[in-house]
Amino acid sequence: MKKRNHFSIPTKYIFAVLAALCVVLMFVSYSTGLGGASLGRVAGYVFVPFEQGLGGVGSWLREKKDVLEDLAAVQAHNQELQAQVDELTMENSLLIQSQYRLEQLEELYELDQTYGDFSKVAANIIATDGGNWFNTFVIDKGTEDGVDIGMNVIAGSGLVGIVTKSGDNWAQVRSIIDDLSHVSAKTLSTSDLCFVNGDLQLMNEGFIRLEQLKDPQDQIAIGEKIVTSHVSDRYHEGILIGYVNELTQDSNNLTKSGTLTPAVDFEHLHTVLVITDLKQTVP
Amino acid sequence: MKQKLVTALLIMVCFILQCTVFKALALASISPNLLLIVTSSLGFMRGEREGLVIGFFCGLLLDIFFGSLLGFYALLYMFLGYGSGLFHMIFYDEDIKLPMVWIALSEVVYGLSVYFFMFLMRSKFEFGYYFIHIILPELIYTVALTILLYRPIQKFNSLLDRLGGDTVRDYYTSSGTMGQTENQTEEP
Repeated sequence: MKKRNHFSIPTKYIFAVLAALCVVLMFVSYSTGLGGASLGRVAGYVFVPFEQGLGGVGSWLREKKDVLEDLAAVQAHNQELQAQVDELTMENSLLIQSQYRLEQLEELYELDQTYGDFSKVAANIIATDGGNWFNTFVIDKGTEDGVDIGMNVIAGSGLVGIVTKSGDNWAQVRSIIDDLSHVSAKTLSTSDLCFVNGDLQLMNEGFIRLEQLKDPQDQIAIGEKIVTSHVSDRYHEGILIGYVNELTQDSNNLTKSGTLTPAVDFEHLHTVLVITDLKQTVP
Repeated sequence: MKQKLVTALLIMVCFILQCTVFKALALASISPNLLLIVTSSLGFMRGEREGLVIGFFCGLLLDIFFGSLLGFYALLYMFLGYGSGLFHMIFYDEDIKLPMVWIALSEVVYGLSVYFFMFLMRSKFEFGYYFIHIILPELIYTVALTILLYRPIQKFNSLLDRLGGDTVRDYYTSSGTMGQTENQTEEP
């Protein structure tokens, strides 16, 4: 009978109350939408760290699994690469040999191509000699731009002339086809020295005179390149002057002379390059 | 003063034309000599003193920009201007024949001088070639250009007279007919 004195709520009431609460919550959440969100938020705070932790574990596990999977692929790849390395090593040794040869050739080439390194100033031709006897012209750069007497003038790849006068903003250039022009020159293939002299008579035909060429073995053929010589005290070495057009034995039977076709088209010359480095001379 | 400035301007314009446009007008790489036309004809019209000065400055400009030795062209043109000035006495405004003959003669003197001093002195003996290929074509071309340019130069000369001092104006007012005759010749 003692048990009956103990107050106890019948289970069916608890169930009914909880069921009612659930229904009320359902109604309230449905009608207002309040409870669910805050609950979700709370739930978030409570559960997310755990989820994260578990996720971390999961991904750690996944990584471990991937690593094991990758290892097989890597090992296969490694074999491929090893083969490639062997191939490249061979290729590399070949290239080193080529590089060495290239360096050697470049050293030789530099001697021939030194005027690529000169500092140059571009200039426009603004006036030509009014008379018919000489071939000089005036360019629009002068001492203000570093152009001074004795500087070589080129156009494209060929020699045009030399600066013979200079003002502040202009300079006079005597072209190599001018009757007063003399250039110490040499043949490109055999380095035989000769002289290239402008000539009014040949100027009208478009040629320059070539003189005092020593060629006892008849090695120089028509079309041979003539460049400025290393012994010239005014012109840098190796600038192309022109191509041999005609060559005949002189009456002294020792030297040859003939004509050159200049490398530069003097009829249609508008812009030139002035090499602003002077040829080094013996002081 | 104005006269001098205008003359200086003319010389500069002619020099620039000679060194730029006239080279483009060249026939067979020979161009006419505009500076020589100006020097000779103005010397002819205005007397030896002015011809000399104009010639000197024309030559000096050539020397400065194109000469190989300074003063050569100045001397040569000065000589030509002076020589033309000597014929000022027999100058008639209407007559173009005498100035043409004189300009042709100036060209010959100019060509021979350049050949003699610049080429013969460097033992270039082919005078025949230079005469036929340089001196003669230049002479013909220059004389032909003179026919075209003589009237404008005459106009320039009368402009100089108008800018000039009283003495010249007195001369014109006293003689009077100069301007009228010039107009009459231009109308037909």
